[in-house]
Amino acid sequence: MTTLDQVKRGQKIEICRIPDEIIRAQAIRFGVAEGAIVICSEKLPAGPVVISKGHQELAIGRGLAKKIDVRIAS
Amino acid sequence: MPRHCHDLSETIEIPAGKRSLVLVGNPNVGKSVFFNELTGRYVDVSNFPGTTVEIHKAAYGEDILMDTPGVYGVSSFNDEERVARDIILHADTVINIVDALHMERDLFLTQQIIDMGIPTVVALNMMDEAEESGITIDVEKLSKLLGVPVIPTVAVTKKGIAELKGAITKASLGNADPRLEEELKKISMDGISRADALLVLEGDEEVARCHDLVPQPLREEIYLRRRLRVNDIVEQVATDVNVNKKWNKKLGQWTVRPLTGIPILFAALYAMYWFIGVFIAQTVVEITEEVIMDGLYGGFITSFIFRFVNEESFLGELLAGEFGMLTMAPIYLLGLLLPLVIGFYLALSVMEDSGYLPRLATLVDRMLTGLGLNGRAVIPIILGFGCVTMATITTRLLGSKRERFIATVLLGVTIPCSAQIGVIVGLIAPLGFKYFIIYFLTIFITFVAIGTLLNRVLSGESTHLLIDLPPLRLPRIKNVFAKTYTKSLAFMREAAPLFVLAAVVITLLQVSGALSWLQDVISPLTVGWLRLPRETTTAFIMGIMRRDFGAAGMYGMALTPAQTLIGLVTITLFVPCIATIMIIVKERGWKEGSYIWVGSIVTAFLVGGILARIIS
Repeated sequence: MTTLDQVKRGQKIEICRIPDEIIRAQAIRFGVAEGAIVICSEKLPAGPVVISKGHQELAIGRGLAKKIDVRIAS
Repeated sequence: MPRHCHDLSETIEIPAGKRSLVLVGNPNVGKSVFFNELTGRYVDVSNFPGTTVEIHKAAYGEDILMDTPGVYGVSSFNDEERVARDIILHADTVINIVDALHMERDLFLTQQIIDMGIPTVVALNMMDEAEESGITIDVEKLSKLLGVPVIPTVAVTKKGIAELKGAITKASLGNADPRLEEELKKISMDGISRADALLVLEGDEEVARCHDLVPQPLREEIYLRRRLRVNDIVEQVATDVNVNKKWNKKLGQWTVRPLTGIPILFAALYAMYWFIGVFIAQTVVEITEEVIMDGLYGGFITSFIFRFVNEESFLGELLAGEFGMLTMAPIYLLGLLLPLVIGFYLALSVMEDSGYLPRLATLVDRMLTGLGLNGRAVIPIILGFGCVTMATITTRLLGSKRERFIATVLLGVTIPCSAQIGVIVGLIAPLGFKYFIIYFLTIFITFVAIGTLLNRVLSGESTHLLIDLPPLRLPRIKNVFAKTYTKSLAFMREAAPLFVLAAVVITLLQVSGALSWLQDVISPLTVGWLRLPRETTTAFIMGIMRRDFGAAGMYGMALTPAQTLIGLVTITLFVPCIATIMIIVKERGWKEGSYIWVGSIVTAFLVGGILARIIS
C-alpha cells in the first residue's frame, strides 16, 4: 500500500481509499471509484498526477494525491 | 402542505401550458451546439436568480428549450450544479447529451436522471470521434439497457439532429436502479416528486431543507451502485479496439509535460497577445474608435447636441462634455471596449472549445499552490491580461471562497488589462530593456508576495486540483462565433449602464470642482512620497475610472525615465477601473470590494515609493 504521489509514470494502480467525502463522490462520477484500476499516465515534477482510465483522463493535485491510498497492480 | 421549493423566478419560469425541455450533459460534450441547432436565433440569455450563472432559453415549437451548465451529476457541489439541479427538477423532458468517447463518465449523469424519474432521450454525440478512436457502440442495446431512446449524433455536422427532434416526443422513463424503490419509501412521498426524493436520499441538504426532511446518508451507497451499473452497461455495449494514438493524444501529453508544455504555453500566449493586444487593440480599435466613433459619431453628436444646449452649461457637459453620457460613454463602449470584448471572447472560445484550458491548469498547478490557489486559477489570470472585469467574473469557477478572494485581489491589483498594457508598452519601450525588466519584475514580485501573504493570513484551506482532461479538439468556427456573440451581448448589457453612470459621476466631480480639490489633497503623496511631479495626480484620478486612462495621463508629461517607471508601476497596481470594481462588488460584496479598493491604493503607493527609493 502506498499513496498516489509515490506512483511512477506508466504504472498500473488500484485506487484503494479516497479520503474526502465530496472528492470521493466526484471521483465516482468520473469513473474512479475505490477499487478502480487506472494508469498513471503523467506525473509533473512536484505537481499534479494524471491518471487515465480508458479514454478518461483526470489531473489530481499533488496535495490530494498524497491523501489517496493506492496499490500497485503491476 | 409541501412548501414551494427551489422557486424559479420570472426569468426562468415556464408559461402555463408549455412544457420545458432541458438539455443536460457533462462539460464539453457539445450542448451549446445542440442548443443552437435546435432553436435557431431567438435565444434569451439571463442570469439564474441569486447566482451569476447564465441560462439560455428559447422557444422550441410549442415548448421551451433550456440549456443547463455542464455538470457531471445532479447535486449541490457548486453554483453550476445547483442551477442545473433546479432546472432539471422542473423539467418535463430531459435531452441528455452523452459523449460517445466518455460513456463511463457521462452515463453516470444519464442514469441519475433516469433514477430521478424524468422522461429522457439520449443523444449519443461525437460518434465520429468514437469511431476514429476505435470504439464501436451497440446503440440499440444501449437504448434497451437504459430504457430510453438513444440517437447517435455528430452535432457539428448536423448528423442525427433531425432524428433527435423526432425522438423528443418518444422520451421515456427508463430503467431505474430497482433497489431505489425500497429506499424511496423511507421518504414521505406526500407532495414530493420522485426526483426531489432521490436527491434527499442522496444527501442533498438544500432539497431536504425545503421539504422539511432530513438529508439521508445514502449518497455513497447509491453512487457506487450507479457506478457499477453504468460500468456494466458500458461493458455490454461498447468494444474498444486500441488503435494507434491520434495526433491529439500526443499533443495532449505534450501540453502538460513542463519541458514541452511551457514552450506551447508561451506560443499560445504570444498568439493571444498578437490577436488581442496588437491586431484588435491597435489595428481594429484605430478604425472603430478613432475613425468611426470619435471621428464620425463624436463630431456628429457634439454638433447636434450643441445646437440645442449651451456647450458651457451643466447639461452640455453632462451630455456631450469631456466625460459626457452621449460622447465618452458610447465612444469608449462601442469603439474601444466592444472590439476588445469580441476579440477576447473569440480567443477564449477557441481556448475553451479546444480543451486546452484544463491541461494548462494542470501544467501550472504547482506554481499556484504557493499562492493559495490551484491550477484552475490560471484561467481567470490569463483572462485578466485581456480584461480584468471579465476575468473577475470567471473567478466563480474556483473551488472555495478563499480562492475566489485571492484570485480577485491578484487580478484587481497586479494584472494590467490589454488596454493598459498597450499604453504601458508605448511609454516604457523608448526607455530600453532594463526598465522593462525592472517593471516586469516589480509587478511579478508583488503578485507573488500578495498571493503568498493572503495564503498565510486567510483562514480555511484551498481546494486541490481535481480536473477532467478532455481530449484536444479543433474548435468549430460556427460554435466559436455563436458563443462569442451571446457572451459579448451579455457583457455589453451589463457594462453599458455602468459606463453611462461613470460618465455622470465624473462629470459631476469635474463640474462641482471636486476633481481639482482631490488633486490638491493627493499631491503630497505623489510629490513627497513617489517623487513625481505634481501633475501626475491627475493621472491617478483618471486611473480610478479606467486603468489605461491613468497610464495615458502620463503621456506628454516631462518625466525622467525613473519617474516614468515609478509612475507606471504605481498606476498598474493602483485601483481597478470602475467597471471592474462594480463587478467585484457584485461578485464579492461591498465589504470585500472596499478592502480590495483601499488595499490596491496602499499597495500601489507602497511599492511605488519603495521602488523610488531603490532606483534613485
